Order: sequence, then C-alpha cells, then structure tokens
Amino acid sequence: MSETVQEITLVEAVTQALAYELERDPTVVVFGQDVGANGGVFRATEGLQKTFGTDRVLDTPLAETMIAGMAVGMATQGLKPVAEFQFMGFIYPGLDHILNHAARMRNRTRGRLSCPIVYRAPYGGGIHAPEHHSESTEALFAHIPGLRVVVPSSPARAYGLLLAAIRDPDPVLFLEPKRIYRAAKQPVPDNGEALPLDRAFILREGSDLTLISWGASVKETLAAAEQLSTEGVEAEVIDPATLKPLDIHTIIDSLEKTRRCVVVHEAARFGGLGAEIAAQVQEYAFDLLDAPVQRVTGYDTVMPYYQLEKVYLPGVERILAGARDALKYADRSAKRGDLR
Amino acid sequence: MHKPRLQLQASFDIAFLQFLDKRGQATQPFPEFATPDWLTQSYRQMHLARMVDDRAVKLQRTGRLGTYPSSLGQEAIGVGTGSALLAEDVYCPYYRETGAFLERGVLIEEIFANWGGDERGQQFQHAPHDLPICVPIATQLLHAAGVGFALKYHHQQHNTPLQVAVASAGDGATSKGDFYEAINIAGVWKLPVVFVINNNQWAISVPRHAQTATATIAQKAIAAGIPALQVDGNDVVAVHWAVRDAINRARNGEGPALVEALSYRLCDHTTADDASRYRNAEELELAWQWEPLKRLETYLRAQGIWSDGQQQDMARELAQVMERALNHWEDRPAEPVTAIFDHLYAQLPEALYEQYDQLRDEQRQRQAGSAGA
Repeated sequence: MSETVQEITLVEAVTQALAYELERDPTVVVFGQDVGANGGVFRATEGLQKTFGTDRVLDTPLAETMIAGMAVGMATQGLKPVAEFQFMGFIYPGLDHILNHAARMRNRTRGRLSCPIVYRAPYGGGIHAPEHHSESTEALFAHIPGLRVVVPSSPARAYGLLLAAIRDPDPVLFLEPKRIYRAAKQPVPDNGEALPLDRAFILREGSDLTLISWGASVKETLAAAEQLSTEGVEAEVIDPATLKPLDIHTIIDSLEKTRRCVVVHEAARFGGLGAEIAAQVQEYAFDLLDAPVQRVTGYDTVMPYYQLEKVYLPGVERILAGARDALKYADRSAKRGDLR
Repeated sequence: MHKPRLQLQASFDIAFLQFLDKRGQATQPFPEFATPDWLTQSYRQMHLARMVDDRAVKLQRTGRLGTYPSSLGQEAIGVGTGSALLAEDVYCPYYRETGAFLERGVLIEEIFANWGGDERGQQFQHAPHDLPICVPIATQLLHAAGVGFALKYHHQQHNTPLQVAVASAGDGATSKGDFYEAINIAGVWKLPVVFVINNNQWAISVPRHAQTATATIAQKAIAAGIPALQVDGNDVVAVHWAVRDAINRARNGEGPALVEALSYRLCDHTTADDASRYRNAEELELAWQWEPLKRLETYLRAQGIWSDGQQQDMARELAQVMERALNHWEDRPAEPVTAIFDHLYAQLPEALYEQYDQLRDEQRQRQAGSAGA
C-alpha cells in the first residue's frame, strides 16, 4: 500500500474505482463508446484498456440500445458489466432495456436470474456543451422499481459509491456530475473500501435549516450554507447520494433539529426528486415542520443551450432565496408526534 | 445521359434449404441425425407443443389463463431449434416458442403459470440459465448477444468448452433497431450467437410484405456480415439441420449466424386477437396444407415407421402428460402477496419496509375478513 494518498479529481476517482474492481473481480467488464484507446470522452476510463486488455475494456459500436441490452444478457450469465453511456442525453434508446429488463429480471424470474449492471453516464449542465449534453433526468430513472440511482458529489464518494454499485447484486444507474468532474481534488485512498448505498451523507451539520442536494449542485449548496453561517444561520447539508431507494430517515432526523427544509436540484421541478422528498417529508414529519418545503430547481423548460444555462442552473443566490423563504416562517411550538 | 462505368464490389446470395416438402416427400437424402427415432421423437414433441397450445387457448377461453400466444403452425421451428441446443447452451426466446420451451425442459405447468399471471412460470427449473420469455419485441436479440459475449468470455478465461446463445424472434422483430444492433455487434465481435427468425408471415395484422421491402429476411444478415440461410420452417429436418450447423460453427469459434425459418401463423396473434379482421380465409386454408405435423406424419407413414397404433399410443401418453401438468399447475399454492417485493432487489431496501408491511397487513385483514364472513 502506498504511503502517500494521492489527491484526485472526481473523474480520476471513477477511473480509480473501475481499475480497482477490474483488478479484484475478473467478472467485471467495462464497455461503451470510445472507452478503450481513447479512455472515454471525459477520460473516465483512461488507461484501463492498456492495463486490463481489450477483452475486458471494450469499445462498442455506436449504438446505445445495444450497450444497454448487451449488459442485460452479460449480467444474466455471471458477468458484472459496467456500461458507459457517453452522455445522459443519449441514454434513452437504452431505456427499454434498463426499465423493461435490467430492473425486472430478478423479479420476473423470481430470483433465478439477476442483472448486476452498472450503467454509468456523465450528467448535468454547466460545461458549455452542445444540445442534449446537459440535462438532468434522474427522476425518470428514480421512478423505475428495481433500479438504483446513485449520484456522487465528491471524489471520495465517487470512488466509494462506484465500488459499491459494481459490487451490488442489482442494476445501478450511476450518474456522474460532469460539471464537477475536475472541480476539486481530494485525497482518496485506493483501498477498495466501498461506501454504503441507500444511505444519505450529512456533509455539514447545522440546526437551523436542512439543505438537500446531490451531484454538482452540492457545491453551490455548501457555498450557500457558508454564506448563511455568516448571517448566523447554521444549515445542515444532506446529500442523499442514492436517490432511489431514498434514505428519508436521515432527512427526517435532520428535520427534528431544523424543522425547515430546502431541496436543491438541477433537474426540472415538475415531478422531480424534490417533489418526492417534499411529499415524504410531509407524510412523515408534518408536525415537525415550521415552514413548507422549498424547492430550488431548474425551470420546467427545455434545458437551454449554454448561453443561458447559467440562469437555468440553481446558483448560490437562488439557494439563498429558497433558504430565506423557509426561514421567514415563525417557529411553531410543534406537537411532536410519533414519526413512523 | 451519361452512364458511368461501375465495378462489382461485392455480391451476395441467399440459399434455401428443404428436406421434406409440403406433401411430405423427401426432396433430398436426409442428414444422419434424422434417424427414425429422431423423427418420431420430433413428431411427438411437435404434437405435444400443439396440445399445450390448444389447451392453453381453451384455458384462456374459460377464464383460467390470461392472454396466450399460440405457436400453432410453427411447431417444427420450436422443436427443430430447441433440440439443436446442448443443455448448457443458453436459449433466449421470444414468446411464440412452445416447442422449443418443451425441448429445453420448461415444464408445461410453468408455461401455464406464466400466462396465468404467475411469475414463477419463468423459473424454468430445468433450464436455469435460459432467459425468460421475452414479451417486448426484439429486445431478447440484444440480450442474446450479451449472453454470447459472456459465454465467450467464460470460455476464454477458464478454457472451458464454448457454449452458444440461441435467440428467436418473429419476422416483425427484424424491423426493429434492436435486431440490427444485435446482429451487428454479434458480427463485429464474432459472438457465439445463432438468431432464428420465425417468419410466420404476420406481425399481428401486418403481413410480411408490408414489414420490409427485402426479398428475404435472411439477407438482412448480410448487412451485419454474418452468414444466413433460409429454410422451410415447417420442415423439422431442415430447421434442425440449419440451426445445428449454425450452433456447431459458433461453438467452433466461427461466430454468429442467422436462420430464417419460413412458416405460417395458423392461429390468431394471441387469444386477444381476431385474425379474420385482416386475413382472408383462403390464405389460411392454403397455409394449412403445408403445416408441419401433417407432412411429417405423411412421411413417417410412407416410410413404414409410423402406424395407427403408434399414433393412438402417443395420443394416450401425451394426454397423461398433459393431465399431470395440469394437476401440478392447479395444485401449486398461490404465492404470498408479498412476493411482489421479495425479488425486486436481492435484499429489500429499507425504503420499502413500510410498503411491504402495508401490503402484508392489508392481506391479513382481507383474510381475517373472509374468514369471519
């Protein structure tokens, strides 16, 4: 084991996790468009083909349905496919296979066959990309029973959660927030230690307000929390990380302290994960709340071309506005009922 | 107008195979595998497939099964294909494949369970690695390519014998992108996959000529650079020869192939369909004249290897097989209602505990209510 722990970016953490698991588990196979010699358009698979060979790290023909469907067949016969979609915007031809097959193979065969697949895709806006390269449609996938949807928001979580996703016996959609692929470096020990799926992470403790976000928006959400702190408001920041199944308990536990909640996501508001979180919060913690759950999200518009993407994405100012909306309600002497 | 000079760059052709014509006469010497025993066994299996389909349709008509897709008229494709696989090969079927299911060891009661709304019908106790019956069109072809990849991978990693994936689909499925993407990847990665296309001339109400402008479906394989053969799909010998040959070549590392089997769907698309709305009676009547069972029986009798007595013995034996299967199906206790959660994930996520408990409690209340009533 190396003495010094390297500081790496989120995208390098993805590569590091893939390499670790390729080394550890001979049934892991990585494939997708341009993932081989080119190392992926974001270099997430940099060097893997050289190390592990063309039998285990493969460039596919250009066909997303095929990538999704191949993974299903491979997974039913003892392999652990890690399939890359080049961008989330191009995942939809594969949706049939993800939804109709990968997510239900175990159920429809009553446990006889399963699909331990990781579908990886860079997602989200903010990198001045062409049309169809910037959307956040995680809610579409979070709606699918039998699927997991996981989004890391730091290099360490990218490493630990991707390891967990590959080792998980069920299909996982692993969405990589490309805006922060190289935004920050962090020491990430290459020790093969996975982080738990289905568990939210408390990124900052606070007792006045709960801010919930995932992926790239975590950056602005933490910045907003720091700003609030200078104003005497201590926000707790929670990253659910696994969006489906959702760890609502950590959120409710936080609300027992803070009683106010803001959900921040890049995706459009209508039917977004913010709506699900708000619904669950009022179901489980109505009596705890001092204020309605606020949503700070992308607009219910088509994701704009990059000239206007900045106004679409929730920035620090909009998060602060949402927080202030949540804070403007007076404390209620809430009767604390049994939560569950 | 000036016509530029063109050079021939590549040319292709599609061959057709038949051993037994529509009147039950041999068109050429039979291959070695087609012994009297093999022929009579195939005849029995085709009969059983027809009986299973017939019974399933009757069960649907009396409200005991849901929608059912019969394979009436396509028994030779199912049996000829299913008997060509080794047990350890992997079958990736579409839904109209009763003969192949029986050959693979899928239990009749599993077939009834599946179409009777019970997922346990996809457990395939005797075909544990086969893919389940696939309802979405053509998707199984890509799964088969993935299976083929896995089989080749295991073979290379462990130096074990190469197994083969065999997929089936209807003619309509070859219009889908999944079909083209599957044959393309199988070709370029030289995967051990055999694609068997049941060309039964109809995709629900759309006839073959309205499905594609190609002269054959087999020629679509040329676009993927994989060998293809068209066979008489109502000739079990031809189907078996073609699929077996393709499997053998795949097993030898020679890559994928496609077999187009010409047949005719003598039934409605499913029990929920009425083909008389879009198909004329004369065409159907004509198709009955070249159906697969009759021609094989004619041949067997002409060869002196089949008699009225054997026919009666077989009918008696198969009736017993059917009754046993029906009893097993009917005697199986229902799944607990919470089974809908039990195989959703390997382990039930905590987020679903509450819904699980809710369903369980509702069921207990229903049972208490009906016990008290």
